[in-house]
Parts: sequence; C-alpha cells; structure tokens
Amino acid sequence: MKVFRGRVHKFGDDIDTDVIIPGKYLKEFDPKELAKHAMEGVDPEFPRKVGVGDFILAGENFGCGSSREHAPMALHAAGIRIVLAKSFARIFYRNSINGAYLLPIEIDDDIYNSISDGDEVELDLNKMTLRNLTSGGEFALKEIPEIVVEIFEAGGILKWKPKKL
Amino acid sequence: MGMTITEKILARASNKERVDPGEIIIARVDKVMIHDVSGPPALKILEDLGVEKVFDPSRVWVTEDHFVPPPDTKSAKNLIELRRLAAKYGLRKYYRWGVGQYGVCHALCFEEALVAPGEVFIGGDSHTNTAGGIGSFAAGMGHTDIAFILKNGWTWLRVPETLLFKINGKLREHVMAKDLALHIIGEIGASGASYKAMEFKGEGIKNMNLEERLTLCNMTTEAGAKNGIIEPDEKTIQYFKERGVEFKPVCSDEDAEYLEEFSVDASKVEPMVAKPVSPANSSPVSEDEGLEIDRVYIGSCTGGKLFDLRMAARIMKNRRVKIRTEIAPATQSIYLKALNEGLIEIFAKAGAIILPPTCGACFGGHMGVLGEGEICVSTTNRNFPGRMGHRSSKVYLVSPLTAAASAITGRLTNPREFLHG
Repeated sequence: MKVFRGRVHKFGDDIDTDVIIPGKYLKEFDPKELAKHAMEGVDPEFPRKVGVGDFILAGENFGCGSSREHAPMALHAAGIRIVLAKSFARIFYRNSINGAYLLPIEIDDDIYNSISDGDEVELDLNKMTLRNLTSGGEFALKEIPEIVVEIFEAGGILKWKPKKL
Repeated sequence: MGMTITEKILARASNKERVDPGEIIIARVDKVMIHDVSGPPALKILEDLGVEKVFDPSRVWVTEDHFVPPPDTKSAKNLIELRRLAAKYGLRKYYRWGVGQYGVCHALCFEEALVAPGEVFIGGDSHTNTAGGIGSFAAGMGHTDIAFILKNGWTWLRVPETLLFKINGKLREHVMAKDLALHIIGEIGASGASYKAMEFKGEGIKNMNLEERLTLCNMTTEAGAKNGIIEPDEKTIQYFKERGVEFKPVCSDEDAEYLEEFSVDASKVEPMVAKPVSPANSSPVSEDEGLEIDRVYIGSCTGGKLFDLRMAARIMKNRRVKIRTEIAPATQSIYLKALNEGLIEIFAKAGAIILPPTCGACFGGHMGVLGEGEICVSTTNRNFPGRMGHRSSKVYLVSPLTAAASAITGRLTNPREFLHG
C-alpha cells in the first residue's frame, strides 16, 4: 500500500451510474472511449478537467444504480484512482475492487465538509490518513476490510489467490 | 437463534451450519446470467486469460436484451462476439432475438423457470434481485465478478443483514406491487437497504401473484439492497411443479433475527409516482394528478410482464391514447400470450406502438429515447437524470395501471376513475 496525491473533484449525494456513464455508451468496451464520456450526465466538461491520479470526493450512495462495470472503467481511464465518499452503492464498490479500477474509501461528514473542489489531497494507506494539502487539515480514515485490500492489491479478483477456502 | 431465508440459502451454499450477517463467505453459485452488455466482456476476460471452459455450462444462461434488435453496427458487433464466445464455451441456454424465445433477462428468467427457489443466482445486471420473488437468493454483479464466477463456480459474499417488511392487508384493485415498492422506497430512501436483504411477507404477499412479487423484488435494487426475497408458498411450488423443476423450498425460521422490521398496511397504499430524479422521491399520484406529459412507456423487467400488460389493457380497452405510447412486452413468450389474449389488438386499436422485447428506451439506449425536455410516465425502475435519453428529459415512475390511464388522458392520472366507473 502506498501514498496517493491528487486534485479533488467534488460531487454531492446519489451520483448514479447513469450520470457516471450514460446508458447509450454501454455498447462501448474500450476504456479510452468510455473516458471521453465519464461523468457526462452531471458535468460534460469533466473529462477535460480531470488529470491522472485525481480523486473524486462525493456524498452518500456513490455509484448507485446499474451493475455496469463501464462506470469504474470510465473513471479509471479518465484518470481517477481514488473515490472518497460518505457511502457507496454495493455493486459499484465490488466492481471498483474486483476490477482493481478504483479504491473506494469511506469518509465521514467532517472530511467531506473540510475539502473543497480543486483542493490537493494526500492519502497515506500505510497510516490510513488523508491530508488536505491546500488547507492543511489531516484526518484519520476507517480501516478498509481485509478481503478488499487483498483483492485490490492482487490487481483484481481474477489475479487474487484467496488465503482460505 | 434461527436464520432468515437469505441466511439459510447462503449457509447451504457455503457448506456451513449457519452464517451470520457481516460474515464474509465463499459461496457456491447455482445459476449465472449474462446478457449482451455484461456477456461479451465477461467471456472475453476468460478468453484472454486462456480459460478453456466455464465451471458448468448447464448452469449458465445468456440472453440478448439491451441493444436488440441492434440499433447500429457496434451493437450488432457485440452480438456477433457474444454468439462466438457463447459457442466457444458451450453455453447452450442462449436466447437470441429473432430466433424464438428471448427477451429482458429478469422476465425471461421467470418465463423459462431458469432459477428455482432456494438457489444462489448471480446475474450480470443490477435488477437480478427480481428473481428473489420466487424465493431464490438473487443479486447483480459486474462483468469481472461474473467472469470469476464463470471460471470458478463460486464467489465471495458478505452475508447481508435482513430488513423484514410485513405487508398486512390486501392491495386495492387499482394499486399494484409497483406502487407498494415505490411507497416503501420512499419511506426508507434510495440507500435505505444498502448492502442488506429486504424480505417481504404477510397477507399482502400471499395475495399477490408471482409476477407482482417479482416486481416488488425488482425494485429492491432501487433501495440499494443486495437482494429482495419472498419465501416460496403454494403458488411458487405450483409454478415450478407445472414446469417440472425440482427444488427444496427454503423458508425463514420462526425465530430468525432481523435488523429491523417494518409494517405496511397494503389496503392503504395509494397509486404512487416517483418523480425525478430518484425512485425514492415518491408520493401519491393524487398529489400531482394532471401534470402534463409527452410520452408513456409500458415495458421493461419491472413493467413489461404479462400481468402488467393485462392491467394496462384493462384501461386501454376501447379507448384511445392521447400522447405517444410505447408498449414493449418483456419477452417473446409474453408477446405471444398477449397476442393470443387479444391484448396486442387492444393496444394497437388504442393507437399505441408495440415494440419487440428489448430493454431499449428504459436505459436510454435506443428505440424510443426521450428528447430534450420531454416528460415520460414510465413503468420502468429508474428516473435518474437523463436515464431514458436527453439530460434534460424527465421520467416519472408508476405502475402499469397508472401509465395506461395517463396515456389515455395525456396527463398523470390516477387509474381509479377508469376501474371504478
């Protein structure tokens, strides 16, 4: 596990998979093509604003809706590596981990309110801390479930060797 | 302490005496479904890994439903790829458009009795929860998860806590399971059941036919639930018996432990509408009655089953639609039954257009998508921004009865007046 640093793109509650990648693009499986339409339903300018290694910061129920893996694929291909949200929808969470596209990290209201759109942040997975490099705050994060860390570090579920069966 | 039906099914699938909520288990999967969006990438992953066979081809089924009939060459290419890969992996339960039975996966699952009560069913589609209506553990996953299951025959699961919904009384004649679902989601919110199981029981469920139970479980996805589930009863047993499907019914123990219990008086539920942009943004139709609309869509896994079409036809018989109305029977078999019962003629005479089975416009894919600013009253399950087309278009989710009544008046309409004089 390591340290990630990037710029934050901030969103609200219930960011659903239809706005992350609209249904009409589901016939597309090329990540580069999907990246051109990432977050199109909420901000069509997003693909032009985002850089590699950037973070998404969101409210409750991020990724609700469809099982389309195109959603974490599009965000990954657009450059996003970490999504910080107050809560995640279950299929989006699984897809992010099992495809090793994104690391979803749960945060509380305090963290959400202390970080603004465009802030630079640093995530240290060894210490499980998040620092706001723009405004200076440091926050402790909740531990990530062991199986999630195992699968993500393996590079996805297909490369994962379960410890126990 | 006893277990819920969800826990009992998962205990059996993981060879354990018992499982408890929160526990991570390794569970055998009995049935797997892929369609033309989740299938090609899932099978391509296996091919790229050099995997020669899936764990058990007889436990896997495939349908073409999202981009069918293909609206463009890219969609057509995906279907060619799906067919090639299905052949390579010997997937014979393959339902193709234009070659007999096929259609919207969750309706097809029921029509063909592809998943039995008590089974663990994982589908490459979020509304896989639908099959919980016949008493299976049914949950949706993405295509990488599906590829892993196709290779290994098992997956990892966190045993969900269960929310119990006791449905007392009986729904009134003009109220459907869709209304009950919107009522419940409005109460608990769009993430009110996140990662949890939603179990429904009581008199209101006993009185419901199996298709309505499917609708109720279908909508649990919109509350964030991992699965929705209803214990099998005489109706369920009869259905599978008639189709020669054997199974061991699993029911919740008397002393099962639930995270929370809710009571709903079904006889008091009104026709409901979920306004943009969340299925949880629901209120009685009566509060917004008269809202002007542009389109009506009757179809999808939620609202395109035979019972849904029968209900719509009750209202549309000998009447004319006032606005553009699309009706998409969910499967080829439903289409044929609707034809034999005279429902298709009722719809056509009313002026509505009949579509082939397809997920089409429900997810904004093709065949009747909404234009800028258009307002649609729909029997589907999601009303997120731009769900059925343009970013500025709006979707109001209702029951098939309310959709049909609204098609006749051109406004959001309570179906009661059409059924009671």
